[in-house]
Amino acid sequence: MTLDSLTLARQQLLVPAGLGEDDLQRTLSCLLGHAIDGGDLYFQLRRAESWSLEDGEVKQASHAIQQGVGVRAVSGEKTGFAYSDEIVPPALLEAATAARAIARHGGDRPPQAWRTGGRPALYQPLDPLETLSAEGKIKLLEQVDAEARRQDPRVTQVMVSLAATHDTVLVAGSDGTLAGDVRPLVRLSVTVIVEQQGRREQGGSGGGGRVGYGWFLEEERALWHAREAVRLALVNLEAVAAPAGTLTVVLGPGWPGILLHEAIGHGLEGDFNRKGTSAFSGRIGERVASPLCTVVDDGTLADRRGSLNIDDEGTPTQCTTLIERGVLKGYLQDKLNARLMKTAPTGNGRRESYAHLPLPRMTNTYLLAGESDPAEIVASVERGLYAVNFGGGQVDITSGKFVFSASEAYLIENGRVTRPVRGATLIGNGPDVLSQVSMVGNDLKLDAGVGTCGKDGQSVPVGVGQPTLKIDALTVGGTQA
Amino acid sequence: MSEAIARTAAPLPARDQLETLVADILGEARRQGATAAEAAVSFSSALSVTVRLGEVDTLEHHRQRGLGVTVYIGQSRGSASTADWRPEAIRDTVKSAVAIARHTAADPHAGLADPARMARETPELDLYHPWPLSAEDAIVLARECEAAALAHDPRIRNSEGASVATHSGLVIYGNSNGFYGGYPTTRHSLSCSVIARDDSGMQRDHWYTLARDRAELEEPAAVGREAARRALRQLGGRQLTTRQVPVLFAPELARGLIGHFTAAVRGGALYRKASFLLGRLGSAVFPPFVNLRERPHLPKGLASAPFDNEGVATVDRDLVSGGVLQGYVLDSYSARRLGMDTTGNAGGIHNLIVEPGPCDQAALLRQLGTGLWVTHLLGHSVNLVTGDYSRGASGFWVENGTLAYPVEQITIAGNLNEMFKQIVAVGNDVDARSGIRCGSLLVERMTVAGE
Repeated sequence: MTLDSLTLARQQLLVPAGLGEDDLQRTLSCLLGHAIDGGDLYFQLRRAESWSLEDGEVKQASHAIQQGVGVRAVSGEKTGFAYSDEIVPPALLEAATAARAIARHGGDRPPQAWRTGGRPALYQPLDPLETLSAEGKIKLLEQVDAEARRQDPRVTQVMVSLAATHDTVLVAGSDGTLAGDVRPLVRLSVTVIVEQQGRREQGGSGGGGRVGYGWFLEEERALWHAREAVRLALVNLEAVAAPAGTLTVVLGPGWPGILLHEAIGHGLEGDFNRKGTSAFSGRIGERVASPLCTVVDDGTLADRRGSLNIDDEGTPTQCTTLIERGVLKGYLQDKLNARLMKTAPTGNGRRESYAHLPLPRMTNTYLLAGESDPAEIVASVERGLYAVNFGGGQVDITSGKFVFSASEAYLIENGRVTRPVRGATLIGNGPDVLSQVSMVGNDLKLDAGVGTCGKDGQSVPVGVGQPTLKIDALTVGGTQA
Repeated sequence: MSEAIARTAAPLPARDQLETLVADILGEARRQGATAAEAAVSFSSALSVTVRLGEVDTLEHHRQRGLGVTVYIGQSRGSASTADWRPEAIRDTVKSAVAIARHTAADPHAGLADPARMARETPELDLYHPWPLSAEDAIVLARECEAAALAHDPRIRNSEGASVATHSGLVIYGNSNGFYGGYPTTRHSLSCSVIARDDSGMQRDHWYTLARDRAELEEPAAVGREAARRALRQLGGRQLTTRQVPVLFAPELARGLIGHFTAAVRGGALYRKASFLLGRLGSAVFPPFVNLRERPHLPKGLASAPFDNEGVATVDRDLVSGGVLQGYVLDSYSARRLGMDTTGNAGGIHNLIVEPGPCDQAALLRQLGTGLWVTHLLGHSVNLVTGDYSRGASGFWVENGTLAYPVEQITIAGNLNEMFKQIVAVGNDVDARSGIRCGSLLVERMTVAGE
């Protein structure tokens, strides 16, 4: 229950500082000068650790604690922001005074009475750092290393890292919001280098979620990533130059959903649309995709890396339909942009930490399953590219142009997957790429849990997913003209 | 107006206070059983203001503390950090680091840098020029900047705003070999991002100025006008058909190419054999007219430093001379792994100067003749193990040395090994807003993918 999370957050963040909820009310009323529409306090304690292995041994690890409180005052379209890395009453008041300087001074007025709510939690409020002993973490890393080396004698380097964060937050808003969340997050990544006759290639795989370390031990998840990293590296050893030009592209299920994150998701974030700077601005209700496409952003999936019980403004997350059967339906909103656009927040107000301002951000963004058999999709392509793994991506939300980088791709020749090709960037135009979708697979899959999204210098964990998709025309940036 | 709006960024604490903290951390590490330790304590403060369409958008006060320690127990090590400076937090942080070091494997290459290489004196590099900027004055400057952009042309219809930021920081580093050092720095910037619109659609571009000393910032109106000019010139972009052409990289992108070079000669990439430049020391990586010099002591330099993150004195050196690779970019650990000596690059490279050639931008466009002038890159598909390079691009199609039309939604691809060798000119249009100072780079041939 999020109520439990709120209790935990109180104990972790307010009790040690001797702060009570009346102190929060006092700070918020100090924030509410007459020209201030609202404000919030964001308390955070984050513990993080990372263990890494190379040369078969765990030789490096680190532990970090980050804590503080961010104070925000909002007046119309203006935002004032200050923070302190000390959670003590004088620092809180000082930050509030600095934040409210955004508006002219007025008399204090009281904030609204607290409203707390609850729904079943999407993940356990556990401390993942404590879910395995130091010896257990080292053993896990060594097992992953051994599994990778066991796969093939051409493996020359194996680098594995295991990381966890335990993030406890408490949000108190002048609108009566009082909410807490305890957010575990773990991640494992494996990178291998293989060598064959002087040619070196690398492969990587990783995963994680809002769970304890034990998750990696179940179903051989950690070992699977070791095997997958080696498989990818070996595929790359055989890769030939990627084609250059516009061709039919079949995207595999899961992580290739980064397409939706870049091409669609960013352009539908509320801030860009409120300001009219997105290529999607003012296009709600228009057809922007083939009728086969329904795209959602869903922060409510259990244990997922991109999921949150509440966003960083205390709004419960939800499943927001962005595109329904090809028609643009909605934007992703935080409180500020929702208010200015006269709509409701969608639980997408996220921030990297107490030292950053909330922005409308994605959670888990994916395209719903269709009806085609994935094998039929590939068989339908005479000449094209079958891209199944990707690195990162990027978008220019104003022009709509986006890229994503294939790290595992194959040629399709006469309906059959043939030779692997070297990594290449794919480029398209967000507002029309999905109108090129002619087949949607029945194999919806979400990514393994490694995505991190950057915006305005702030990083947040996200998820993506999709079924196999056929895009009739997309530009592939290889070297083989 | 409330009194608070006149506030400036928070002042830096006294240097003694941070030095005492470092000494406390090192003492605590020794007490808890560390055989060696190193620590850094930092404080930074900033004020940033963004104005959009003439109105204040955000006013942010930043003030951040940091404390990090690495302990060694024999050859095993552990690291921990916190933002909390209280004695109990120091105790706990050291304890976390020690607990880790009791579990990590002994690493024969781990340890502090060679004491003989520590900086003995701290040359005055003129890196600290505080700007007592009030929020009100920052708003005025940002308004002036954005207004110049909006007034530049009626097709500049919208804005993401103009921002003014001033940042100051102090870091003290110390280690159990007795080295203590630190110095304050400042960094100020002014930036503007606007949107041009016509029947062809919308294009956004930005411009910024960045310096240690506010006196060296470009005028606000000049920054705004440049942002506007850049957004406008991209209107009406088209795709190209797939082809092989010469490519001219604008200076702010050319430094990215040089950045890929430095990443590939970094110790970590080399000892892991994860670099396409492995084993190339003493051989030609670039054509003979390319010279890359590291100059750590440039007054007011954005990447100037008297010593690196391990206290090792930084020195002038030639990284590439006559196109030939003269050295790597190493810290103590990676140097030991490679059987070499540290180059004083723990934490990165300190001002890399790409020696400018004789040509300005106009001359380079003439030399390009018919080809692609890239002004924006999108995405990061750069594989440092193989050198494979493939990125989204936009810019201009150039015919006979003159701009024909803007292009977008294309990719450029090649292999960095070949791209470096195929550099045919380095411009004198140096962009000094970075630790890598580089002019335009003209590459003889790359693959453009488009329609």
